Amino acid sequence: MSATGKAAALPASAARASAARSGLAEERWRPAEIAFWALALLAMFAFPGYRVLGSQILITGLFALSLDLILGYAGIVSLGHAAFFGLGAYTAGLLAVHGWGEPITGLLAGGAVAMLFGFLVSFIVVRGNDLTRLMVTLGIGLMLYEAANKASFLTGGVDGLSGVVTWKLLGMFEFGLVGTVAYLYSFAVLFVCFVVLRRLVHSPFGLSLRGLREGPWRMPALGASVLRMQVKVFTISAGIAGIAGALLAQTTQFVGLEALGFTRSAEVLIMLVLGGTGRLYGALVGTAVFMIAQDYLAGIDPVYWQFWIGLLLVVIVMFARGGILGGIEMLVARLRGTRR
Amino acid sequence: MLGNLAGVLFDGLAYGSLMFVISVGLSVTMGLMNFVNLAHGAFAMVGGYTCAVLMNRMGVPFLVTLPIAFVVSAVVGTLLERTLYQRLYRASALDQVLFSIGLVFMSIAIATWWFGPTQQPVRLPDFLRGQVRVLGVDLGIYRLFLIAVVVALTAALGWLLERTRFGAQIRAAVDNQRAAEGLGIDVNRVFGFTFALGSGLAGVGGALGIDVLGLDPVFPLKYMVYFLLVVAVGGAGSIKGSLIAAMILGVFDVAGKYYVPEVGAFAIYALMVLLLIPFPSGLYGRTR
Repeated sequence: MSATGKAAALPASAARASAARSGLAEERWRPAEIAFWALALLAMFAFPGYRVLGSQILITGLFALSLDLILGYAGIVSLGHAAFFGLGAYTAGLLAVHGWGEPITGLLAGGAVAMLFGFLVSFIVVRGNDLTRLMVTLGIGLMLYEAANKASFLTGGVDGLSGVVTWKLLGMFEFGLVGTVAYLYSFAVLFVCFVVLRRLVHSPFGLSLRGLREGPWRMPALGASVLRMQVKVFTISAGIAGIAGALLAQTTQFVGLEALGFTRSAEVLIMLVLGGTGRLYGALVGTAVFMIAQDYLAGIDPVYWQFWIGLLLVVIVMFARGGILGGIEMLVARLRGTRR
Repeated sequence: MLGNLAGVLFDGLAYGSLMFVISVGLSVTMGLMNFVNLAHGAFAMVGGYTCAVLMNRMGVPFLVTLPIAFVVSAVVGTLLERTLYQRLYRASALDQVLFSIGLVFMSIAIATWWFGPTQQPVRLPDFLRGQVRVLGVDLGIYRLFLIAVVVALTAALGWLLERTRFGAQIRAAVDNQRAAEGLGIDVNRVFGFTFALGSGLAGVGGALGIDVLGLDPVFPLKYMVYFLLVVAVGGAGSIKGSLIAAMILGVFDVAGKYYVPEVGAFAIYALMVLLLIPFPSGLYGRTR
């Protein structure tokens, strides 16, 4: 950023700087956030029998974060985000099947492939209105699902990709049945990605994304290239989704066709909305609540679970926009209001 | 080969006709109310189950079940529209999507609970089964019947929209809601009637489609993308667009499954994405 470049549009840049400053003030880690992460780590010791579920939650939480980035911050609706998740999963899985089971490079490869694909399709996704975006993302997701389904020589088709062997993490820690390494690995990846995303949404770029969401017609007037911003954020989001998918493939040592399925795209949307969009933490809280409830209720009867989740969605849309975190924020605001 | 081609074309048109009957209501409600309704297939499923239950448990003749399916779906549609949908007309596309996915999940669970997870068998009456040979091509009688029904329904819809006072009100409300309200049209009432009509047509389509599409609880999810595709490609609010899109979709889907079965449904999804690149708001969509 050169000073001369900014001087050309002084009022706009001054406004932007002050906006950035107010955004950057949020960047300091609050005690509640530190407690949140400490709890997520401690959960592993508190519920040793649930480490497998725990790492599933961490992975899906990362996936939900990637959706929050485009939906909650850039306002791009997607019904096919599983495409990138599945692409990352199959990339890492295929690498491991064909003799390269090193976790971290596999993770990066999964992310890179999903990112590339995300970049390519972003141009056709971001144009058009909400309905077109929904249809295009849905169509891309279904296309990949069908492609993986039919290319069974490569992906194993409906039987899934088995024979995934993940090497020891850092050459030292083996992925065992108890799931300790898987949990810690997922936790570390989620945390690193979260820190990156947290910085991103509090950066000037993140602020201009929010500007785009709130007023898509005003941002071009401020000199922002809307297409470029949307392509950029979509690409990053696809990459994160790919990392989440690769993580699932490596920790479960299996890739099923459902990694690409519509249900996954829809469920991650539900989790995000349940927690609250545009907050980052909403994605994580929503995922945890959803998956714990699913683990408990779907064990009783999967059909009833589907009914309750449907009802929950209707109720959220009708009465509780903002999800769990939005509700908490409202409560806190109300309590503070009465105290004064 | 040529006879083959004619047969595939014919089957595709019959399939497209069915898609048109089910989707046209969705197109009008999307155009009229801007409502992204993923649960439209649920209304078709209501019609399908009405037909199946009436025929299998009560022995009602097939042709008699069709108007009943229309009425039942229309009533269910109206109830939901008045109680729930109506509150979300001004909501964002995301809210509408979530709400309607919720309805889809609930409808699947309810149908499974009520009728079990298996396919519903339906035996068509004898005069609708078998084939006739026309110009050297074997044509399924039921498929001819489907096409005939759709021709009749399209004519009736065209008459309703173009020639009646109610049709004029619908068109006015689609074109400019505010101006229509200003002219004293009760847009809210028009919405309600249109929704009922659209759900009813979907119900008829669901009943007609049992033999072609099958009927089980996941019906709304399985064909959701097909119905949406008709609307997205045809352009929301355009009946002509829906008709053309449904026919394109039907012919391509049947031809794809016949000539290149290894590609499967991939062709349809690819076609949709490719068509949406040059026509983001559909073939006959209005740019807002």
